[in-house]
This record gives sequence, C-alpha cells and structure tokens, in this order.
Amino acid sequence: MQISGAQMVIEALIAEGVDTVFGYPGGAIMNVYDEIYKQDSFQHILTRHEQAAVHAAEGYSKASGKVGVSMITSGPGFTNAVTGLADAYMDSIPLVVISGQVPMSLIGTDAFQEIDAVGISRSCTKHNYLVTDAKDLPRILKEAFYIARTGRPGPVHVDIPKDVTAQIAEFDYNVELDLETYKPHVKGNPRQIKKAMEAIANAKRPVFYLGGGIINSNAAYEVRDLVHTTGIPAVETFMARGTLSYDDDLLIGMLGMHGSYAANMAMSETDLVIALGARFDDRVTGKLSEFAKNAAVIHVDIDPASISKLVHANYPIVGDIKNVVNEMLKLSSMVDSNNYEPWRETIENFAQLHPLTFHEDSENIKPQWVVKRVGELLGDDANISTDVGQHQMWTAQFYPFTRPRQFISSGGLGTMGFGFPAAIGVKAAVPEKTSINFTGDGSILMNCQELMTAVEKKLPVINIILNNNFLGMVRQWQTLFYDKRHSETDLSVQPDFVKLAEAFGGIGYRVSTKKEFDAALKEAVERNIVAFIDVKVERFENVMPMVPSGGSLFNMMLLEKKESK
Amino acid sequence: MNDNNERRVVSVIVVNEASVLSRITDLFSGRGYNITSLTVAPIPESKYSRLTIVTSGSVRVIEQITKQLHKLIPVLRVYEHADLVEKEMALVKFPITENISDISAICNAYNGKIVNVGNDVIITMVADEPKRVDHYLEAIRKYNPKEIVRSGAVALER
Repeated sequence: MQISGAQMVIEALIAEGVDTVFGYPGGAIMNVYDEIYKQDSFQHILTRHEQAAVHAAEGYSKASGKVGVSMITSGPGFTNAVTGLADAYMDSIPLVVISGQVPMSLIGTDAFQEIDAVGISRSCTKHNYLVTDAKDLPRILKEAFYIARTGRPGPVHVDIPKDVTAQIAEFDYNVELDLETYKPHVKGNPRQIKKAMEAIANAKRPVFYLGGGIINSNAAYEVRDLVHTTGIPAVETFMARGTLSYDDDLLIGMLGMHGSYAANMAMSETDLVIALGARFDDRVTGKLSEFAKNAAVIHVDIDPASISKLVHANYPIVGDIKNVVNEMLKLSSMVDSNNYEPWRETIENFAQLHPLTFHEDSENIKPQWVVKRVGELLGDDANISTDVGQHQMWTAQFYPFTRPRQFISSGGLGTMGFGFPAAIGVKAAVPEKTSINFTGDGSILMNCQELMTAVEKKLPVINIILNNNFLGMVRQWQTLFYDKRHSETDLSVQPDFVKLAEAFGGIGYRVSTKKEFDAALKEAVERNIVAFIDVKVERFENVMPMVPSGGSLFNMMLLEKKESK
Repeated sequence: MNDNNERRVVSVIVVNEASVLSRITDLFSGRGYNITSLTVAPIPESKYSRLTIVTSGSVRVIEQITKQLHKLIPVLRVYEHADLVEKEMALVKFPITENISDISAICNAYNGKIVNVGNDVIITMVADEPKRVDHYLEAIRKYNPKEIVRSGAVALER
C-alpha cells in the first residue's frame, strides 16, 4: 500500500505490538504526531521533557521486558534525549527512539532546530539511522526493533527528516531482514560449556557472579535452578538484584563498592568465578589486580567484547544466558553440591562477622529504615525504581527484592533524574503493582516536572524522598576523602516538596517520625495518587560498607560497631 | 602475553553505507585507541568496502579493537594481520633544478618512478613497505622536496 512516511511509523509500531509510546512533539516530528492523533492502537504518554520520555521508555522496557519506544523532535528535542540514550546504552536496555529532523533540503544549512542527531547519537546507541527516503522506512524500522532487542540489547535511534515523513511510498512490513553483518551468537559452544561444568565440579570454593544480562535474557528462573542444583553460593551485581529472592539461602548479597562484607570476601577467596551476564565493572571489581586473585574465571556473555575485556576468562562462553544456563543445567549431575559445604560455612561465617546492617536511631529516621519499612509494608507488591545517590545504594542493599524486573535503576551511567520518569514507565507497563521511586532531595529536582505527566496520565508513582538536605553521596566522599570540605553539596535551601506535589495536582507528605511515615505510605497507596513523601532523615548517614574507589574488595570500610554500655 | 605497544595492522570489511567510516573512527576516538593510518576503498563488484587500519597497542588492546569493531552493525569481518604483505605509497614533489637522474635512481630502488614532469617541478611516486617508504623519504631529503604526501597502508594476509 502507498502511504506517507509518518503513517509508516505508526503502522510499524502497531506491527511490532507497541502499546505505549513516550514522547514530546515539535516542528520536525509533527507529521508523525498528526498520525498519532488519528490512531487508537497504542497510548501516547506526553512527558514534560524529552530526557524523561526516554527514561520512561527505559522504565517501561525494564519492567515489561519489551522494547521501549520514545518519540521526539529535532534539535533541542533530540539533544535533551541524549542522556536517556546514553543511560539505555550503558545498561543494555532495548529502545527505539524516533526523532524528527529538518527537511532533507535544509540538512547542513544550520537550519532552525537542526542538529547532526545521528552524529551525536553514534557513540551512545547500539545503532542509528538517518532515513533519506520513505521507501527505506519499513526495512529500517524493522531492523531497528530487531537490533534493539537481540544480541546484547540496546537503544537504536532513527532520525527522520520532515519531508520523508510526508513522502508517499510503498509500505510492506513483511520485508525480509537481510542483516548479513549482524548475527548475534546466542548458542554457547557445547565443548566450552562442558569444560566449564568440569571446572565447577573440580572447584572447592566456586561463586556465581550474577549480572544484569540475566535479567535482560529473562533467565533468572533458570539461574535460580542452576544455583540450587549445584548448591553454589551467588553474589549479585547491582544490576542483577532480584535474580535470586532476598531470602534465598544461597544468595550472599550484592558485591562491589557498597556490597556486603560476605559477598566481597567470597569474591576475594573464591577459586572459581562463574560470571553470568556480568561485565566486571569497576564499581564491582575494585582494584582489578586484586579481584578474585586466585580464581579461574568462567565468563558467559552474549557480547564477545565483554569477555576478557577486564578480567581474563579461562572459560569464555559467548551466548545467550538463558540458552547457556539451560545447557549447564543438563550437565548439572556432574556437580556434587555436598563438596561445597565447607565453603558455604565459610561464607556464613563472613556474613555473621559483619552482617549488612545499620544503627537504629531513636531520634532521627535512618534512611535504611525507610527502605526496609517499605519492604515490610509492600514487599513483592511494589516495583522499585530509584534515582542516583545514597538512597539508590541503600535501596539496593536493604529492599527485599523477590523477583527479576522488580528493581529499576540507572547503573552504568548513574543518571540523577532517572527514577521518577522511569517509575512512570514502570507503572504504565505494570499497573497492578505499586510503583515506588526512592529518590533524594538532589535527584528529584532533576526531573520533578514529570509530576505533571504522572498526574495527567493517572500513573500514581509514590516518590519517597530520603531528604538529608545534602547531595548525599558526594557529601559522603567529601567527608571521607576531602577532609569534610562539603563544597556545594549542602542543599539546605529547598523547595516545599509538599506544596510542589500539590501544585501539580498530586499529594505531598512531610514526615519526621516513623509513625508518620507508615501513615503517609498507607494513605498514598490507598488513595492511589501521585505522591511525594518527604522524609527527613539523618543528615550525616553514610552508605556502608564501602570499598574506596580503586581499593581492593577485601579492604572495606565497615560500619563502626556501636560501643556496648 | 605481550603487553608492548606494538604496531599492528587490522583490516575491516564493512557494508558501503553512509557514515560507516565515522562509525569506525568514532569508535577509535571514543575508546582512546590510536590510528596511525587508515585507507579505505570499495571492494570491486561487491557492496562492501575494505579499510586497512594501522594502529598500535598491547595484545589486549588489539583484541578489544577487533571485538569492538566487530560489534558495529555494518562490519562484516575484522582481520588482525600477522603474516602479511603490506604496501604504502608516497608522492613527492621536487624542484626541477634538482638532480633528476639521482632522484629517479633512488625511486627505482624503492619500487617507484617519476610520474610527472612540469615546468618547475617533478613528481615521483614510490610504493613499498611502510618502513622502506620511511627510508626513501630519508634518502631524498637532500634533494629539497617541496611537498610530500603519504597514503595509509594497504595489506593482505599472505
């Protein structure tokens, strides 16, 4: 059929089964928005900033496992979205971001709202396209979705000039994909898998090192099987929280800069690291030369470039985690879980020596208490997003995650302002669960305009602001490493968060006691309304334990023990 | 493992499409890899082009370069050459007043010749291994070359 480029975009989204698009219109994308107006196959959620449109699509994708879609205009619309693209790229989130561009005849003339969008997005997308002819649109859009969701997932950017969206051409979405140069290797090498299982069987102190790739590959339940069948203890990266349930006996905890003592010690003492979908990020490994120093490494990853990038893999396996773990499960009779009993006991001793905890305070609310309390009150019923900072680490440490895709946060890029729009996307994807965003008094102001989106679209996100009147994480580093020179991190001058929420039509609570917090959360959940719960927490609380940047995992700063009276 | 920053030659076969070259060069600049020289031309009767990149780095860096290049969607194949035939070209412009027969003799020794003679200048061309092109440029220095241009290397596995 002969239709316009703009209609092709709509038809392609429908063919891809897209039910939600996040976006912000503008001059160069108006033809497409005109077609959005005419259709009722998917909902469009108007964010109030293009960065938020991409973060919302990220949250939607992470919670649902589907490809997130956002739509923006040229020039400033696109440049606003770059942070979102970079965030999705770092965390391997499948997105298709469609931007308008000035007409072909104006490209290169410094036209109004012109920017070299594909030039900018090249370094922060898995792939990108500038569409120069509408007849290419069906192929390009189909490729974009395919590339976004296959292999190591990631964002794909499609830039479409305004005249191309107006151009009439033949549309047939049944085009065969002819991507001769793009063939992700999804099946692990059987010989390598067998060798890896032999290494596991011969190891005395093996550890599963579970990464975010497991969540991306929807392999968490297979991984749970593998962990339980082999009886091998597991550490999770920040990105893999929820792979194992918090109460799983074999879960040692999160490792890395703010990981638990037991997890970091297990990693330091292990003789075999079994890395599944993890990329040995510097926040995880600490000083690389000291990381799992005496261990052999099995590394399973869909991205060959991740393998042996930082840590040499003795058993490299390129493949989709789900496939590889299923193959490993078939060979699991090679492994006798009883062999690891002494190792499990050692780890239990680590855990008892320095458990992950905090000191309760009778006067002030401790931020960790808030996270734990939300866990007690909502637990599995909530999906949890976070912004970036101390609150993010406390959430990763103390929330009782029970399932994959329950925890949505910005890992690789560490984007302040991610949490609220992401939580809106999460709520759009999974409306039956309460959508909680743990945020800080610094982070929330970076995208607080999204109150309007949440209120207008009735996407009741509850933002819990762990308010310490500080840019907390930077303050913590200043305290520890800059001799307490708190340069520009004091956020004592603040807006009235209650009034701010109310100004947009939401509801605000100011909380300074535990009782008030319980009441506020209960009411916000019951009223099912967009809320800010502004919790005054202990100002100088630090995230502990901590491995100083570049330090060794086994050299942790630990929570000081309270003096007994 | 050899961690020395040695000179390496990498060939990349890519689909001929808009901005594919900048995808490659952006990858190098974005990840802090070095490009000593780069040549690119279409492969006859195909939809592909071949890039020859001369770079330097440790074994680990070169492994990352080849893996990261291969991740780019339009990249079909990446070769890190070990046993190769490698050639580079240089064009040099001399004043016509210099000793042309000497220059011509030197050119001959480096697989070259005089390719253009004008009123004021002569232009020579040599095509040889990059190291030998270095030597040639050393040798002709005393003939007061006015302008020198070097191509990047091209290479084929033996």
